[in-house]
Formats: sequence, C-alpha cells, structure tokens
Amino acid sequence: MSRGSDRIEKRFAALRQEGRAGFVVFVTAGDPDRDTSYRLIAALPAAGADIIELGMPFTDPMADGPAIQASSLRALKNGMTLKKTLALVADFRKSDHTTPIVLMGYFNPIYSYGVTAFIRDALAAGVDGLIVVDLPPEEDDELCRPALDAGLPFIRLATPTTDEERLPSVVKNTAGFLYYVSVTGITGGKSGAAADIRTAVARLREQTELPIAVGFGIKTPEQAVEIAKVADAAVVGSAVVNLIADNLDDGGKPSAVLTDKVLDFVSNLAEAIRAARSGERE
Amino acid sequence: MNNPNSYRTGPDEEGRFGIFGGRFVAETLMPLVLAVEKAYGEAKADPAYRAEFDDLLEHYVGRPSPLYYAERLTGHLKGAKIYFKRDELNHTGAHKINHAIGQILLANRMGKTRIIAETGAGQHGVATATVAARFGLPCTVFMGARDMERQAPNVFRMKLLGADVRPVTSGSATLKDAMNEALRDWVSNVEDTFYIIGTVAGPHPYPQMVRDFQSVIGQEAREQIMKAEGRLPDTLVACIGGGSNAIGLFYPFLDDKNVELIAVEAAGHGIDTKAHAASIAGGRPGVLHGNRTYLLQDEDGQIQEAHSISAGLDYPGIGPEHSWLHSVGRVHYTSATDREALDAFQLCAELEGILPALEPSHALAEVIKIAPQKPKDHLLIMNLCGRGDKDIFTVADALGVEL
Repeated sequence: MSRGSDRIEKRFAALRQEGRAGFVVFVTAGDPDRDTSYRLIAALPAAGADIIELGMPFTDPMADGPAIQASSLRALKNGMTLKKTLALVADFRKSDHTTPIVLMGYFNPIYSYGVTAFIRDALAAGVDGLIVVDLPPEEDDELCRPALDAGLPFIRLATPTTDEERLPSVVKNTAGFLYYVSVTGITGGKSGAAADIRTAVARLREQTELPIAVGFGIKTPEQAVEIAKVADAAVVGSAVVNLIADNLDDGGKPSAVLTDKVLDFVSNLAEAIRAARSGERE
Repeated sequence: MNNPNSYRTGPDEEGRFGIFGGRFVAETLMPLVLAVEKAYGEAKADPAYRAEFDDLLEHYVGRPSPLYYAERLTGHLKGAKIYFKRDELNHTGAHKINHAIGQILLANRMGKTRIIAETGAGQHGVATATVAARFGLPCTVFMGARDMERQAPNVFRMKLLGADVRPVTSGSATLKDAMNEALRDWVSNVEDTFYIIGTVAGPHPYPQMVRDFQSVIGQEAREQIMKAEGRLPDTLVACIGGGSNAIGLFYPFLDDKNVELIAVEAAGHGIDTKAHAASIAGGRPGVLHGNRTYLLQDEDGQIQEAHSISAGLDYPGIGPEHSWLHSVGRVHYTSATDREALDAFQLCAELEGILPALEPSHALAEVIKIAPQKPKDHLLIMNLCGRGDKDIFTVADALGVEL
C-alpha cells in the first residue's frame, strides 16, 4: 500500500519561505461535468491555487449552503461517483506532482465504498488529505484513525463553537493543517469579522503547531487579504462554485468562457493573497 | 450482540445501539449536541421535570389515550381480537405531541428562545408549532415544498399557530431535505435555537430522548390491556417511517419475549419498484442526519428519494434503534403498499367510524393480513397513531374523487 505524501508539509514550508499565506481553492469533482472539471483542476495551480480542495459530491451535504449543494447535484447528475473522483485525482497527478489535493465531503459515500479500500485507493490516486465534515472527534474510530495510521492526514474543522474544553480533542488527531471555519453557519453564507478571526487563530496557535487555514464566506479579494494577514492559508469555495453555476446554459452545459472566467477569478484572488503581507514587511 | 439479556439497555455512552446510532455531525453542532445530552441527563433525574411533562400530557394532550376494542373490525376479520391504541385522539391529532412537549420543556431548561423543526406530513410541525405557541416561543418549521402541496391543511394549521413555515425546494423537496435545512438553520443559529426533532433519528441523544417521551404509549397500553384482559398482548403492530410511534408502543414490551412486535414500512408502489420508503427491506446501513442506520441509497452511497402516499413515512431512513432491533431479530419489519394502506383506510372508516391517518393505515393493512390467521383469543394491539382528517385530499385524489 502506498504511504501518504509530504506534499502538504512541503507546500506550507515553501509558503513560509516566501513569507506569504497560501490559497486553497475548492471545487466539486465533476462539476459541471467530468471533462470541464478536469480542465479546471489541471489549470488551478498555474492560476495561483496552492492547494486544491476537491469536493466529493453527496446528495445531502448538510453543512453546506445552496451553492455547494447545487454543485454536488450537478456533478451527480452528470454521473460523478466517488470512484470517478479518485480517478480524476489520479489523472491530475500524472502531470502535477507537487500541488496537494485534499478531498472534502461527507462520510456516507466513503462508508459505502469501504473505509479500508477508500484509504488505499485515495493514497494510490495521490490524495494528500481528507476533510470529512460529519466525522467529529467522537467518531474518530470510523475513518480518522485508520487514515492517520495509513499516513493519510485527516484535516479537522475547528469552529467558533469549539470551546477550550474541546479544542485539545479536535487538534489531537489532526494532521496536514487545521481548518478554521470562521462562522457558525453553512458554506457560502456570512463571513466572519476580521478581529474575531484574528483572536480565534491566535487561540488555535496556542494548541497546535499545524498551519491554520481559514474559510467560510470569503468572496472578495479584500476579504481574502484580511484572512491572509492572520492565517497560513485562505480557503475560497462557494464563490468559485457560484461562478461555475453562472456560466452554464439553460441545459446545464458549460459555456465556452466558463474555465477562463473561473481561472481569472482565482488569479485575482491569488494575486491579492500574495500581496497581502507585503505592506506589513515594509 | 445476539440474544442480549435485555433489549432496553441502549444506547451506550457513544449513543450507539450496536453499530447503529452515534453522533455524525459537523463540529459546529457537536458542542450543542453534547449540551443537549447533558441537559437531558439532568432533566431525567429531576422529578419536577417529569411532573411537568406528565401534567401537560394529562391536561393539555388528553392522556391517557384510550385502548379501544375494535369489535366490528375483529368480527369482520374473524381472527385475533383487535385493539387500537388511540393516539389519534391526542391534542393535535397524533402521537407527535408527546415528544414535542418533552423537547420544548428541555429547551426551556436550557434557556433557548427559538424553536425549529422539520416536518413531513405536517403532524410533527403542527405539534411543534402548538407547543411553541403554548410556551410563547417563536417557531420555524421546515417543510418540503412537495409535502406542503399534499398536506395543505396542516400548513395552514401551523400558520394559524404562529409558526413560520419555510418551503424547502432542494433535493427531492420532502422530509429528508427539510431535515437538511433544519440542520443548516441550527448550525447558523447555535446560540439561541433548540431543534425539536420529529422522530427517533438524528444524532445522540435524540433517538433515545424521543423514544423515552413516546414510551408513554406503550406504558399506558400495558396497563390498559392488563386491566381489560388480565394479560399481556400477543402481538403489537405499528407503522414505521422514522419510527417514533413504533418505538413508543414497543419499548415497554421489548423484554416480554412472548409479545410479537411487527413494524410496517411503507412499500409505496412495491418493494421491487424504486418507488418505496422501506429502508430495512430495500436499504443498507449508512450514515445520514447524525446517525448510522438503514438507508435507501445507491451503490455510490448517494441517498435515494423515498416514495409513499403517506408524507409522514416518506423518509429514506429509519431510527437507529430500529436498525438494531432488526439486526438482533427482536422486531419483525414488514411492509404495506400505497394501495393496501388506502384499502385499510376505507375499511376502518366503514367498520369503525374512524378515519385513520395514512401512516397507521399501513399498520392496519398488516393487521388485515395477519388477524384472520390468528385464533380468537389472540390479543393484538395496533397503534392508531394519527387521525386521517389531514389526508382526505390525498385519499380523494387516489380514489379519483373530485372535492
């Protein structure tokens, strides 16, 4: 069985060297269809994505807002499955050996696939980490521990409701990086206040040496800059996914400009994030 | 796990019934779920909480509900002696009020000031809107847009009770999607909101909590049949969607091994078609809405749409304790089709002068199948858990009658 990679570690080490925050871009695997999705993912690193967070489509994404749920349903409608998601990663890995890919989703498709088989196939495909929203520390035996044992980082979400008492257990079996959800809510909703995020990130740093990525509700370069000043990475998802939705025709087929539009948006955000801390160093 | 000494010891500390149950929720909700568990543990130990619950059940709901000997139906079927546990006579017309009261009292204890709920047929939504009005708390009910169409009277009822009824258009626009939306609302309003779940599903402690509140049905039935017949019943029958009325009737009898327990799932157009809501007959274990349980799903683990003529049974899962009771063989899970439920509905109206809800009409369909094969001294109790007034439009439509 292949072991986990050190791509996440290397990427954050490189970011530290550059003195800047990373940019995590979320897209759903197979949205709007397998081929468009592949072209998009393959082009994301050149557009400035440091890490790709790839959604595993699920019919009932309870912690996600309408944008990500719709993207899941588009992908499923066009025949996406977990098996095909792993194949998509394997295809991406043929030409990109350095950009970390983190899979994000819900437990049922993985449980249905079989936990052992899934970990084996994800590692073989070149997956670098897992985010499974409905597996809190209380359910670590299900996937988190077996994945960690196999060398596949299980990336945990910490939220504003994660109190001092819980934080140690949330941080305990986390690897790769820690994902701070900046609002109590669903993806694509309101965004957190910069001051609150600053305090929260400081609180997390007392408990973990891991890099901290912050997401939920980031839609503009200005917001991304705020995050990039305090966190090790900023995650943008719903805004990207919305752009995919906006560039489909009535039949759900992608328009000719879809990929360009999404990549332009990603480039703009990436540029802003890269410049975010330059002012501070002067 | 086979042949445990008692079937009444679950769940364990992790909220598991065997491999089923658990707490599969996002981190944002986890502290809240733990807080509900702690508050419920304290409430259970507090005699004042129990006293208030009992008092409201007696004077507000109208409990105990009668155990009624269905004499003409018994004569018609020429077999087992059939009793109805008449929870359709409760205030609001179904058993859902039992757990709505238990949960809103807990919300009060926790200092929560806003109530949310999901609803399928609208019975749980009506029950929740009712107790929210009774306690003066604002209430939002999430309901599938499709269910709102087929249960228009209940939608209006909820609005009269002051609830904000939010149509859910995502997914299949039925109960599972309403539950997704309710969970999303809860995640976004964790500080002030209490989620009153409408069945024995969801993350621990909900399956246990709702079961405890509904167990009043079985406790009463036990006393009532002892009084009427001087012995325990031979068979209990209940319909099952999520399974709150079934577990409520069964739970106090789980360790009486001579009492046969039968739960009836909704077979829709038939188990061999894709259009049914029978999670045990047509599903396999998976994880959804906070717990591991039997689910209708495809090979990829994607949740499938359920179908039943009864909106209250139209859910692709089942409470985790039922999955466990199935796995250990204590309860027998069977099913009835839309057609069989409709026939039972009409028979009950004609013979007993009772319009049953389409949900317990499924249980009645099973009674119609098995009663004739039983001897005359065979005591059978069926949970008549809801009244059918809300369903007359659906029934009229199915029978091709224009109102």
